[in-house]
Amino acid sequence: MAHGPSQNFFSRWLFSTNHKDIGTLYLWFSFAMFLLGGFFAMVIRAELFQPGMQLIKPEFFVQMTTMHGLVMVFGAIMPAFVGLANWMIPMMIGAPDMALPRMNNLSFWILPFAFTILTSTLFMEGGGPNFGWTFYAPLSTTYAPDTVNYFIFGVHMMGASSIMGSINIIATVMNMRAPGMTYMKMPLFVWTWVITAFLLVAVMPVLAGAVTMMLMDINFGTSFFDAAGGGDPVLFQHVFWFFGHPEVYIIILPAFGVVSQIIPTFSRKPLFGYSSMVYATASIAFLSFIVWAHHMFTVGMPIAGELYFMYATMLIAVPTGVKVFNWITTMYKGALTFETPMLFSIAFVILFTFGGFTGMMLSIAAADTQYHDTYFVVAHFHYVMVAGAVFSGTAAVYYWLPKWCGRMYDETMGKVQFWIAFIAFNITFMPQHFLGLAGMPRRYSDYGLQFTDWNMVSSIGAFLYGGAQLLFLYNVIRTIGWGKPIDDPQVWEGAEGLEWTVPTPAPFHTFSTPPVVK
Amino acid sequence: MMKRAKALFLGLLRPSSLLLAGSVSAESVTRQLNMPRGVTEVSQAAYDIHMIMIWICTVIGVLVLGFMFYVMFAHRKSKGVTAANFHENLVVEVLWTVIPALILIVMAVPATTALLKVYDTENPDIDIKVTGYQWKWQYEYIGEGVKFMSELRTSQDEIYGRAPKGEHYLREVTQPLVIPTNKKVRFLITGNDVIHSWWVPDFGVKRDAVPGLFTAAWTKTDQPGTYVGECTELCGLGHAFMPVVVEVKEEAEYEAWLAGKKEEAAIYASTIGKQWTFDELMVKGEQVYGRSCAGCHQVNGEGITGVFPALKDSPIALGPAEGHIAILIDGVAGSAMQSFAEQLSEVEIAAVVHYERNAWGNDVGDIVQPINVLNFKQSQ
Repeated sequence: MAHGPSQNFFSRWLFSTNHKDIGTLYLWFSFAMFLLGGFFAMVIRAELFQPGMQLIKPEFFVQMTTMHGLVMVFGAIMPAFVGLANWMIPMMIGAPDMALPRMNNLSFWILPFAFTILTSTLFMEGGGPNFGWTFYAPLSTTYAPDTVNYFIFGVHMMGASSIMGSINIIATVMNMRAPGMTYMKMPLFVWTWVITAFLLVAVMPVLAGAVTMMLMDINFGTSFFDAAGGGDPVLFQHVFWFFGHPEVYIIILPAFGVVSQIIPTFSRKPLFGYSSMVYATASIAFLSFIVWAHHMFTVGMPIAGELYFMYATMLIAVPTGVKVFNWITTMYKGALTFETPMLFSIAFVILFTFGGFTGMMLSIAAADTQYHDTYFVVAHFHYVMVAGAVFSGTAAVYYWLPKWCGRMYDETMGKVQFWIAFIAFNITFMPQHFLGLAGMPRRYSDYGLQFTDWNMVSSIGAFLYGGAQLLFLYNVIRTIGWGKPIDDPQVWEGAEGLEWTVPTPAPFHTFSTPPVVK
Repeated sequence: MMKRAKALFLGLLRPSSLLLAGSVSAESVTRQLNMPRGVTEVSQAAYDIHMIMIWICTVIGVLVLGFMFYVMFAHRKSKGVTAANFHENLVVEVLWTVIPALILIVMAVPATTALLKVYDTENPDIDIKVTGYQWKWQYEYIGEGVKFMSELRTSQDEIYGRAPKGEHYLREVTQPLVIPTNKKVRFLITGNDVIHSWWVPDFGVKRDAVPGLFTAAWTKTDQPGTYVGECTELCGLGHAFMPVVVEVKEEAEYEAWLAGKKEEAAIYASTIGKQWTFDELMVKGEQVYGRSCAGCHQVNGEGITGVFPALKDSPIALGPAEGHIAILIDGVAGSAMQSFAEQLSEVEIAAVVHYERNAWGNDVGDIVQPINVLNFKQSQ
């Protein structure tokens, strides 16, 4: 039998090549980033509580919106799902560890440095990035503060980390499945992650290309995005969104995977339409590459282009609908119980469907002329990012935490957290639909008086939602330290899969001898 | 029933308005939940397809999520049910792939028609060039020799809470764009520095103002009035402070207005040689500075360290006047300092240069006249 973790704190965590320890690192890191990005959001909502500039100046406000987006997307959500992948994929396919354990260590340890570089710009002369998380040129090139070079370097590092993490996942799944674990027997979480990993490998280099062109324009006199030198600012948007659209599926596909694990467990019934789920995920991934310019409906594309991107975007509703129908049919005629992970998963299905509806509305180019760059868009993507990715991430932690640490979380506290989060989320983001339709553009540090009421409601919701996260943190720490010990490998009555066959808590090394899957 | 629901809803809104008592009169503000229907063919087409989508989504949502709530209620373990074990059914899976696809095909028809309207920019009666600047709009009536800047009129004091906010807070400009009723007006939209986006919700017009590129949009309405819009592409720290205001006037009124603008331009051209006094220039210069320069260089002339240089004690402001004028006319390549040659008149440039050389403790003492600026421009 293999040895346990190093007793020395530093060598255990700094030099770890163990998928479980690295998964833990990823999860804690992403939670820290979640709190940081959440803090930025609180600053934004505090300033927008009333019209007028009360707390901060407009130049700091745009830095906050930019950093909130960057930290949440690249620092909180993506690493959280990589952490879950690290913990769960080897255990789900019966592998002893990830295929490339040393690279696994490297891909994690790049991240704290990347985000230190990125956030340190807030304290530098000129301030942090102030051009939105989409950093459109020339605002991010000619007109950017000098600290943009730190931002570019930070993005390169995050990209490198993501690519390494993805290659590792692909290599693990392709090579290290237990005997009998054919592709079409893999749990859906593994499937969604493999597809996500391919998306990452395909598009992170495109992002790297975009920031490298920016770097050249800023420092070496090229004119990729400068019309005066023969370049084209719209080129930037095409390159960015060719990365950016798959990126949003990179965020949501693993969330689909998590929910597809949890709903069958608490329905005590196998996932309905497994193979159509796999095909739907693959179709969504494919479509994500050919719809990018729907983010640019007001940029002045020729009508042929606009029509094409509209039709292609509308198509995404089909595979996405299939997924929602499958989840609901999984619940149909099951024996449902509503523990915290299930509550978050059901909320995911409801709110993600809602975000999907507004997504369909946004795909209609003529109507998008009115929606584009307003709070309607902000509301839409928070319904899919927060109620989608963050809710499913929370569900995943509650679902697997007992397996990881052998202790049960406090169910009442989990449910209280769920209801606060669910209600506060809707108080925060539902009014933003109204604000956007009534004409409030996004990234506004100040607004006309007609938007006051809904902004106040939204801010109050945001503070409540922020508070619910502290409850989450407390519940997790309490569980790890003082939760009720359990030793049932199954943990949940209806749970199926290899990860529930190993002892609870999961030992440092699992499946040193591969299991046989029938 | 609907009326009562509406009253209840508005009642719910009230308490939050009370929090603002004193600074804002809640009654003067019209609230709105939905997209405006607007006053043009394009905005109405957008509104109609928006409503179609809302209803389709509502019906699907009620059916699908309604079924889910039924399941959550009926198939709970606590009711003593035992779970079934089925996990596929080809017929329903094909059905719920094909039916949404058919709905999409049906939706694509009105979506396409509406988009064709947005793009119908041919054969306009009037062409207006719209240029986005950090952080204001310039309107040029092509072929008429009329061109002006439209900037936020709300004062910094209102924004920073040192004065009560007016009814039109952030929705008022120095000079609105004026267009006539019943004429097809085409907007040719571009940007001068970064990308902006010109949006008037009631016209259903939103087009990005991209430097180096012209995009076209159009409008035609029979309803006179004032229509307010916004910049909708992040363009820096003044993004929220460059509203769009359009006045639609009856044709005769519009013609009179246009004639007045032409006359103004002629009078201005004849007075450019006037000699201004030191104090006249300081007063004018402070106004121009507040509008066009203070956003970056700050009201106190101290700039923002590392981003926007200070003008107080700066070698350019204290050096020869030609060098100082040159910065305003040519801008500084590769920085946020743009050329103001097209944005400000000779009088305004002279006044603001004069002001910068003699404010905040700068005391060059010379007088920069509009004619100096004109001479500089012509010598280039």
